[in-house]
Amino acid sequence: MKIVVCVKQVPDTWAEKRLAPADSTVDRESVDGVINELDEYAIEEALRIKESAGGADSTVTVLTMGPEKATESIRKALSMGADAAVHLLDDALHGSDALQTSYALAQALGTLEWDLVVLGSESTDARMSVLPAMLAERLGVSQLTFARKVEVAGSNGSTTVRIERLTEAGYDVIEGSTPAVISVVEKINEPRYPSFKGIMAAKKKPLTTLTIADAGIESGGVGLAAASTAVTGFTEAPPRSAGTIVNDEGEGGRKLAEFLAAKKFV
Amino acid sequence: MPVERALPTEEAVALLELTRELAAGEVAPHAAAMEERGDFPREVFCTLGEAGLLGLPYAEEYGGGVQPYEVYLQVLEELAAAWLAVGLGVSVHTLACFPLAAYGSAQQRTRWLPEMLAGNLLGAYCLSEAGSGSDAAALRTRAVRQGEDYVVNGSKAWVTHGGEADFYNLMVRTSEDGPRGISTLLAPADTPGLTPQPPERKMGMRSSPTASIALDDARVPVGRRLGEEGQGFSIALAALDGGRLGIAACAVGVAQAALDAASAYARERRQFGHAIVEYQGISFLLADMATGIEAARALYLAAARRRDAGLEYAPQAAMAKLFATDTAMRVTTDAVQVFGGYGYTRDYPVERYMREAKVLQIVEGTNQVQRLVIGRSLTKP
Ligand SMILES: Cc1cc2nc3c(=O)[nH]c(=O)nc-3n(C[C@H](O)[C@H](O)[C@H](O)COP(=O)(O)OP(=O)(O)OC[C@H]3O[C@@H](n4cnc5c(N)ncnc54)[C@H](O)[C@@H]3O)c2cc1C
Repeated sequence: MKIVVCVKQVPDTWAEKRLAPADSTVDRESVDGVINELDEYAIEEALRIKESAGGADSTVTVLTMGPEKATESIRKALSMGADAAVHLLDDALHGSDALQTSYALAQALGTLEWDLVVLGSESTDARMSVLPAMLAERLGVSQLTFARKVEVAGSNGSTTVRIERLTEAGYDVIEGSTPAVISVVEKINEPRYPSFKGIMAAKKKPLTTLTIADAGIESGGVGLAAASTAVTGFTEAPPRSAGTIVNDEGEGGRKLAEFLAAKKFV
Repeated sequence: MPVERALPTEEAVALLELTRELAAGEVAPHAAAMEERGDFPREVFCTLGEAGLLGLPYAEEYGGGVQPYEVYLQVLEELAAAWLAVGLGVSVHTLACFPLAAYGSAQQRTRWLPEMLAGNLLGAYCLSEAGSGSDAAALRTRAVRQGEDYVVNGSKAWVTHGGEADFYNLMVRTSEDGPRGISTLLAPADTPGLTPQPPERKMGMRSSPTASIALDDARVPVGRRLGEEGQGFSIALAALDGGRLGIAACAVGVAQAALDAASAYARERRQFGHAIVEYQGISFLLADMATGIEAARALYLAAARRRDAGLEYAPQAAMAKLFATDTAMRVTTDAVQVFGGYGYTRDYPVERYMREAKVLQIVEGTNQVQRLVIGRSLTKP
């Protein structure tokens, strides 16, 4: 079983995020980058699928599209246990929107051998949740999204993947055959910590860098200028107004309840 | 604010980053509630073992992390800042691996060490007895050789991880020859006749079990003796030299946690129309706390670097233990003062730090005993 996990580096979830005034794209330089949280669950799931599939030819490869700095996140994914990584790195990709990113990733996947592609179901910076579906469509493979559970069965060419897709009401059971794209939600597992040995080993694992030309990506098909969506303007969120402090002198509970009722929270 | 550390290698930087992540995610969140209940956090030790943190200063061929003491101790400091029961537990476990790693035969090491360093097996070190604490060489638990076994009778006291450990280093008397009549046995927890007693009811560090171990005709195979017969006391003391550095690092961690809590509180708490940190009475207190911590950290690191360089370091380790634990006691007491009445309640962590600091002045040689060790090193011919 050959698995590729798409991993995105995003600005630290807790940091104050900004758009760059020049081109209205996310300012990635001024804040710490971290692995998109849901992608850690995707890595964990990929590692578990690999571990239960067994066999020396089972591998997990990390695929990241992003600036130079994203290497830190790639290393972290490798230290968790992924075997190799591919970094799609090209200035021409800057400012690509979801449609273009799915095109670029699909092209990069074309240079790799895989049975499964696993992704987090959304990123904490863009929060669109569309990329896994777009990617499956572009690749023309089974689309198994919003999985809270994944089961892989069978072997020798015909592998079935069954997932529980999280819905508002509960879950649907969906099945498809490989090759397939899976996206996962956080209920699916508890991502492991890297180990100290894993961190050491990660330094020696293969990391391939691809330019858009290497991946066969048309330069006119990606980047800010060619994006099919545009940010036409933005304003900073107003600073938070001072909160209300309730001093509990025996009736704090009642005051809190009144406050919540007044705001129609209860 | 994380402590900024000058670390010797990129590897060490990555290790400390991992440690902080584990401390914040897996250790600190459980501390207050589990201390209150006195629960032992075995799962936390499993997590640390999987991450490779339970065998850091040992050789790679047995699964160790090959880290110098300079780095290993800073890992301990971070863990102790999150929760002393865990930091001290890792220190005691690492100490409990030392007799086998340093004095065991190649065969003994190959057989038992990997599981210990991986953290699958948790360790304990049994030197003290009810009647012999500071005067540890006066121990009376007796081991009599019968064929291929030692038959052990007596009782070890104050054993950290007693009742939870998977293996016990027993310092036992094999002859009447004073300190030269002591031997070290590595006994598994399921040795018949080895019975942990109910844990002591302690003032602090309640999640770290401390218990007596009754030994009642316990049979330990001769093949489980580490080193020569009669070498046990020097093995025990050599283990303690490294252990004392561990205690010093833990003390700095607890003190740092107290300082962090106190400075954050002093910036927020307002009296007479100002944040209390704006009063010199408070900011000078914080300044003295911070200075003591820096000095204590520098002292344990200096001793650790001597050890890493192969120099004699026992007196320096004793100095570091003495200074760091006295500093931790003063700093944590002052932290309670900064918090005022709130500091005296269990709603804030500083009273816990104060209770934790106290034990560090007692374990692995009281601070009076550290002065004895330092004093003797000065009068040695
Ligand atoms: C929480 C906890 C965990 C522990 N874990 C372990 C463990 O894992 N393994 C283990 O073997 N032991 C352990 N100990 C035991 C610890 O090492 C002893 O408590 C310590 O060595 C002191 O011995 P004692 O309690 O018998 O005090 P004593 O030796 O009776 O000392 C009483 C007082 O007299 C002072 N004193 C004694 N002799 C002198 C002297 N010559 N000059 C000046 N002052 C002196 C001491 O400093 C102390 O203040 C633990 C203790 C505690 C509290």
